[in-house]
Amino acid sequence: MSFVFWLLAAITVAGGLAAVLLKNLVHCALALTVVFTGLAFLFLQLDAQFAGFAQILVYVGAVAILVVFAILLTRSSETPKDGGVFSRTWGVGLVIAAAVFAVLGWAVLQSETGLPHETAVPNVTVQLIGNALMGRYVLPLEIVALLLTAAMIGAVIVAMHEKGDAK
Amino acid sequence: MTVFATPLAGYLLVAALLFAIGLAGALTRRNAILVLIGIELMLNAANLNLIAFWRYMPHPEALTGMMFAIFSIAVAAAEAAVGLGLVISIHRHAKTTDLDEMNRMKG
Amino acid sequence: MPEKADQVFLLLRDWLVGFLPPGWRSAAGVVLGVIGIIAVFPGLFAITTVLERKGLGRMQNRLGPNRVGPFGILQPIADAIKSLTKEDIVPLNADAVVHFLAPVFLVVVVFMGFAVLPVGRNMVLVNMDSGLLFYFAMGASTEVSIFMAGWSSRNKYSLLGAMRAVAQMISYEVPLLLSSVVIVMMTGSLSLVKIVEAQNQYTWGLPHWYIFTPWGCAAFVMYAVAATAETNRSPFDLPEGESELVAGYFTEYSGFKFALFFLGEYLAMLSISGLGTTLFLGGWSSPLALLNWVPSWIWFFSKVMLSICVLIWVRGTLPRLRQDQLMNFAWKFVLPMTLLNLMVAALWRFMGDGWARWVACSAILLLVYVGAGRVGMRREHFGPRTYRYAE
Repeated sequence: MSFVFWLLAAITVAGGLAAVLLKNLVHCALALTVVFTGLAFLFLQLDAQFAGFAQILVYVGAVAILVVFAILLTRSSETPKDGGVFSRTWGVGLVIAAAVFAVLGWAVLQSETGLPHETAVPNVTVQLIGNALMGRYVLPLEIVALLLTAAMIGAVIVAMHEKGDAK
Repeated sequence: MTVFATPLAGYLLVAALLFAIGLAGALTRRNAILVLIGIELMLNAANLNLIAFWRYMPHPEALTGMMFAIFSIAVAAAEAAVGLGLVISIHRHAKTTDLDEMNRMKG
Repeated sequence: MPEKADQVFLLLRDWLVGFLPPGWRSAAGVVLGVIGIIAVFPGLFAITTVLERKGLGRMQNRLGPNRVGPFGILQPIADAIKSLTKEDIVPLNADAVVHFLAPVFLVVVVFMGFAVLPVGRNMVLVNMDSGLLFYFAMGASTEVSIFMAGWSSRNKYSLLGAMRAVAQMISYEVPLLLSSVVIVMMTGSLSLVKIVEAQNQYTWGLPHWYIFTPWGCAAFVMYAVAATAETNRSPFDLPEGESELVAGYFTEYSGFKFALFFLGEYLAMLSISGLGTTLFLGGWSSPLALLNWVPSWIWFFSKVMLSICVLIWVRGTLPRLRQDQLMNFAWKFVLPMTLLNLMVAALWRFMGDGWARWVACSAILLLVYVGAGRVGMRREHFGPRTYRYAE
């Protein structure tokens, strides 16, 4: 396998592990940013430039900042109280995750001969994407627009101070 | 260094690993925000899967995989916003984001 | 002869690269391009610092620095020596790794934005199909570095400055993108090279720059406002206001790291001016058809420096906006105007050629600007002041 792929995969997986294992929440959020960037580079390596740049723009530029703001607004960045950072039932969670990985890994490795191989580099221009969005995928596009509007209004209403709330 | 050298299984295994890590994080940590971080990791792993399959399948000009991934990115961003709004609202009410202490509906 | 002057840097690169064996040539060409960017833009940064200090000084009725070199021109060299030799203080409680990485990340991300700007005819480092999207992706990543800087200092003022800066940058990101989307819509491509080439045509000797159309002019004004807010320049510089927050999110930085932040901020200013010239002012195309013999890169850099002079002028003239006034302005005025601008641009395309579309589009934009701007934003609430804390 190519060296660049190994490097990016290692960075991404290391970032993911850091994001779930670190004690300080802001460090977890920054590790999550590393995961997003690693994934964006993996997308670029797979010749999906639009998806890669959209990943950086949306995830690194907005979702990571959102997570960080939430951590700071809920005072979760201070040191955790006694009891540690893992919940009481952490063993079960770990077993479930390991089982899921085992099943997925077995499925991938079992079907390795049946998986499709390399095709020629697709020439994906932004115009093609635009035509697809306005042609074949116009219904999902409009639904996602409605969904985003609803989510925006919902998030504002959920997080808003109610009238007469204590300061 | 072309994609030639990396079989599809490599990308799928990385995605599976990232998914499992996200799932472990969502299931084992106490803080509600870390559950959301785990969910974001899982969504990103699914996106990687989609793009990898799109690239290796016979007709990449149909753009199905990439469209799916782009819509997934948009929806995940919206879901993160709503989820974090909920966490902030819960914190305002319960003064904590510790999931082990939110057991009022138990029993 | 004018073509040779125009392409002189490309010819120089080809000559230098010709010394290498054929397999290495394209990689070496790219490396030379990168070296060019790293040499030119920090040089412009040095010129900008002198220009700013002297210009602001004259606007404030004082001389700027005038000791180092004739008229203080060599001041950047003195500044560089100072920042390189100052002691690097890291607070004891600060998060050392993040504190170190924040300026590095900022400078890296800002330099990557320069890769897609076409500085001359055929002179772009990477000719990407979605160049504009790449540029905005890099611009969005600078917010992470500002947050890292503010949080890692473990200083309440730094954190406050960082939160304000990030909130401001996110709020103005959307009008920035939407005002550029109008250009994309009318050109039909996200590639910056194609956008400049579409503006490089002349009618009666006057160019087809997008700023000379009603929707382009409105978009340029909104882009300028959003760009000033994105780079935290006055009048939007509350996050780093010297009188409010010491130095905002880079309070705890000294020596070389502070110089890196300074470099990153001014490079971001140059970069966003470069993008503004590319999108609205025609990039490397000359203003009149008969001035085409002047090399294209001279036009590009002149326009960028002109934008920088306007930014410095605005800094010296306008007072600072308060945080809530600036966010109000972004969400309630600039954003709806950008959306209206999109629809006006669509109307322009729909009405076909002729003078009617000029009148219609200009009328709509001016009426809404005057009407909504004067009437809508004038509501003032003079009730008792309330404070809302996050709990």
